[in-house]
Amino acid sequence: MLQDMLISLPQVLIDGLALGAVYAVVALGYTMVYGILQLINFAHGEIFMTGAYIGTALFILIMGMSWTGAIPQLIVFIIVLLISAGLVGLLGVGIERVAYRPLRNTPRLIPLITAIGISFILQDVVRFIAEMMNGSYILTGPSLFTGQVTIGFSSISSLFNDASFKISFIIMIVTAILMMVALDFFVNRTKWGTAIRAVSLDRETASLMSINVNKVISTTFFVGSALGGATGVLFAMQYGTIDPYIGFILGLKAFIAAVLGGIGNIRGAMIGGLLLGLMEMFAAANLTTLTGGILGAEYKDVFAFAILIIVLIFKPEGLLGKPTAEKV
Amino acid sequence: MTEMKEKLNMFLQHKWSQVILFTLFVVITSAALYLSQKSVIAFLLLLASLLVLYYMKLKNVTKWMVGGGILFFLIPFASSGGPAFQNYMEVATMVGIYVSMALGLNIVVGMAGLLDLGFVAFFAVGAYSYAIFATPQASNFMPFGEYPLAGESFWIFLIIGGILAAIAGVLIGVPVLRVKGDYLAIVTLGFGEIIRIVFNNADRPINLTNGAMGISSVTPPRLFGMDLVFPNQYYFVTLIILAFTIFAVIRFEHSKLGRSWKAVRENEIAAQAMGIPLVKTKLMAFALGASFSGMMGVVFAAKQAFIDPTSFTLMESFTILVMVVLGGMGSVPGVILGAALVTILNLQVLTELTNWVNQLSLSGVISIPDALSPAKMQKLLFGLLLVLFALYRPIGLIPAKNKKFDEQKLKKDNALILNKKESAAVEKEKVQI
Amino acid sequence: MKLKKSVGLLLSGALTVGILAACSSGGSSSTTEPESTGTETETETSGENTIIKIASQSPLSGGSAILGEAIKLGAQLKLEEEKEKFEEMGYTLQLEPYDDQGDPKKGVSNANIIGTDDAIYGVIGHLNSGVNIPSTEVYEKYSIVSVSPAATATDVTDRGLSTVNRIVARDDFQGPAGAEFAVNELGVKSIFVINDKTAYGVGLADAFRDAAAELGAEIVGEGSVTVGEKDFNGVINQISTVQPDLVYFGGLYSEAGILIKQARDKGLNIPFMGGDGLDSSGLVDIAGDSVIGTYITSVAGSSETSESGKAFVEAYRAAFNKEPESYSVYGYDSMGVILQGLENAIKENDGQLPSKAEVAAAVRAIQNFEGALTTVTFDEKGDNVNAEVFIYEFAEAAYPPVQVGEVSQ
Repeated sequence: MLQDMLISLPQVLIDGLALGAVYAVVALGYTMVYGILQLINFAHGEIFMTGAYIGTALFILIMGMSWTGAIPQLIVFIIVLLISAGLVGLLGVGIERVAYRPLRNTPRLIPLITAIGISFILQDVVRFIAEMMNGSYILTGPSLFTGQVTIGFSSISSLFNDASFKISFIIMIVTAILMMVALDFFVNRTKWGTAIRAVSLDRETASLMSINVNKVISTTFFVGSALGGATGVLFAMQYGTIDPYIGFILGLKAFIAAVLGGIGNIRGAMIGGLLLGLMEMFAAANLTTLTGGILGAEYKDVFAFAILIIVLIFKPEGLLGKPTAEKV
Repeated sequence: MTEMKEKLNMFLQHKWSQVILFTLFVVITSAALYLSQKSVIAFLLLLASLLVLYYMKLKNVTKWMVGGGILFFLIPFASSGGPAFQNYMEVATMVGIYVSMALGLNIVVGMAGLLDLGFVAFFAVGAYSYAIFATPQASNFMPFGEYPLAGESFWIFLIIGGILAAIAGVLIGVPVLRVKGDYLAIVTLGFGEIIRIVFNNADRPINLTNGAMGISSVTPPRLFGMDLVFPNQYYFVTLIILAFTIFAVIRFEHSKLGRSWKAVRENEIAAQAMGIPLVKTKLMAFALGASFSGMMGVVFAAKQAFIDPTSFTLMESFTILVMVVLGGMGSVPGVILGAALVTILNLQVLTELTNWVNQLSLSGVISIPDALSPAKMQKLLFGLLLVLFALYRPIGLIPAKNKKFDEQKLKKDNALILNKKESAAVEKEKVQI
Repeated sequence: MKLKKSVGLLLSGALTVGILAACSSGGSSSTTEPESTGTETETETSGENTIIKIASQSPLSGGSAILGEAIKLGAQLKLEEEKEKFEEMGYTLQLEPYDDQGDPKKGVSNANIIGTDDAIYGVIGHLNSGVNIPSTEVYEKYSIVSVSPAATATDVTDRGLSTVNRIVARDDFQGPAGAEFAVNELGVKSIFVINDKTAYGVGLADAFRDAAAELGAEIVGEGSVTVGEKDFNGVINQISTVQPDLVYFGGLYSEAGILIKQARDKGLNIPFMGGDGLDSSGLVDIAGDSVIGTYITSVAGSSETSESGKAFVEAYRAAFNKEPESYSVYGYDSMGVILQGLENAIKENDGQLPSKAEVAAAVRAIQNFEGALTTVTFDEKGDNVNAEVFIYEFAEAAYPPVQVGEVSQ
């Protein structure tokens, strides 16, 4: 049994890392918004999905032009990534302005309901546009960076199988890491980052310190959504095919990752995301072996939700979060 | 002109004129429904008469009696005229099922303020509990007894389904209670999905639910030797359960428990400080809300005669939430209206519209892209409803009202009691002396 | 006070609308009144001819709308061809298309509408077995005959309902046919079986697995995926651990396409095999070049192989200005079977309108009906004894694939 698990381990680690990177960056969006507004932005998964659609549409558009053949794929990729991130960031700001800002002083149930509503609207609008333009809402992008890389784990020890992946995997991981490092720098080292941290600590006091709270919240939404949108592009590149409903469950899992790492904590979200991706991939590959065939890969979503429930019960502040006392 | 208006208003506000107009309205719509081949408008208007009734200046008892009369006798009779009779009854039954579920969710979300996004799980528990035992499915794991059970068992399963759903509610509630506010929404959502995934996969190692294949040929309920198979028969079953549900929910709302729910909703810490047992109160909300849903699950399983996990997706939970938000969180009449509106929109209006558009494009009158088909707009519509209502009318169509107490009268009563106590005390003292 | 005012307004407004509705519906009912005499009390008529409606139920919206639309159009074509014949017999045929959205609940609620319409004498449907099973329970209540052009699950006919028929092969025929091809023709020794956890996918994959095991192949693993997912690396890792000769997937093309593509990206260059759910141009769109080396079994044959098939394709193109999909011809033949049954029942009844149950019995009794592609004879359960399974191979990334085998019962 152990040998079965070991033999696929290198590949599981690589796939888990890819999935975990997606979770981690999407989780950042949740955690930033939660940190500043104490709101679960349910629509964040759909923001991610919109990014994936915009990115794929841009890829198809640019690749379809005849004169673009000479441009290296990497440059196309960077351009698409930046444009998608910018557009989706603006979308995030718009959503905040329309659906969340007017409700800032209502009971917390109400903005949560609008968030669900917004996520439905985004799903359907994207579906509608995709179906109009493409005939079917399932969209398949062009294959990029398809070169195969194989790491010879089997030469290290016969216990392991070789692991192989596409070059797009490397690009994805590198981009995700760059984004996370940049965000960490932005939040911890810049003036805007200080303002964001101040607002999330205490909104009223921050406004007394001549911080424009609305502007800071808008910035947070822009940054969080842009990251989500960029991850969408990475996702579309890595997995190839997208539909308008990919965001919901993935968003939920990213939220679980954020809770696992400690919601409101940016580094926590990164660690939580990677951890969840690895655990999920491990479960998908090995649950059948572990339980002697009783449970299979179909239970991996149950596994993720179980992690959420366990964390919330035993360590609600997450891995890196600080316990908060309730204000009366 | 203004005089006219005022006179008209005076006339309209007068009790008897209202009664006359209302009777006229009901008679005309039911006559229209009875005589026409298929008139969805007449059917909907007849249903709408119940809403009008709600706003009339009549005693509550009279309203209940008239409403009951319309639902039990007039609607089945009036719609029996045309060939679409069973269709109306089918829609009305679905409305009944959803109203009951929405009332259950209203206890959890509206009254106790606990956002539950996995509510359909309880519906599934109820539905599966009957479906498993009313088909040969149960013989896969039950060491004794003969399955399928006879149709008479349906009536017992109404209660069993309710109880099982309540137990599921408590089981989900216990771990969830440590979790507050927004987390609760996600955790319940997770639980809802877990239950669906488990039902979808519980064909191995022991075949409990037949997995994704679903359970078919569920035994129809039997009453006085007659099998209930047609929608008009289920209509009455649903109506009776619904009447019970409404009665129970209204009683609960004004009971001590109901007031505790509202206190917990408004401020948990303050409520706890006032001596309300948080755990018990919240668990009761989960259990009671779930039990209504479980009962209707049993009816649903019997009516469909087939269930599989695709009937219990997240979307269903959200649909029920939309009903509650639309009608007015915490408001019983509001939720009934919201559930009726959403169900009719889903089943009748969107279907008719889609068929109509299909016919038009078939005959080449217009060409509407397939992507725009109204039946696909359900999500967009729900989304818009949620956002617009949350932004502009968070209290819903018919806002919740707290029972009003006459301050003067209370004071007077209190004073009387105090006086009595005082005089009693004085008497005691006298005796002692 | 404001509220009370609105009550008044509500009441008066509702009243006006009510009167209007009464007037309009009164108008329509007055036109139908004169007809309600004699024997034809319950049927609508147009001119002197009695209207007979045939309904079709298939997904006209949602993921499999293309296939559902194809069934509807095929049925429509046949109905229009037969219209004149029935006109002479004194009946006017009408098609009434319903959209089941691939959703069992929707299917049942439509079925109740269909069941209560006195003019509907038969149903073409459904595409999905999961919708077919509950909906046919309703048709059975109203004794309306249904012929499915596509539902393959064993439970569709195994429940022994008298009104349920289908003209395509069952899963426990399609699965084994695939297994036989895989083991005997491709010579595979070890097989990994995946299903998508839907009624269709599980039924098909189980049938394949059992038959393959019986033929001597080793089932080295079983896995499942969730519909709508995009990352199948978990199950692919299980496959690469055991290194089978062939992977069988019971499910639909959207998942299959991604699965095949991601497996090829991982360097798994073994053949894949699937059922009729993969028989769609969408598979090639999604998987691209990776689709090469994929085999599918399909209950749908190519219309181009026979003269009548070619004639059908011509007529279809002329009528709708588009290419027929794999199921179009089955919609066409299903309608043919129902209309044949209807005709027989009318003749038996001396030209009078038969009851719905009589029509159902007549449809079931049909022997050797020559359709455009299929020859239909129903057995006692309602399965077509002449149903065939065709095996195709994707030799290049193009749809349709090349036919490499044909299995009949």
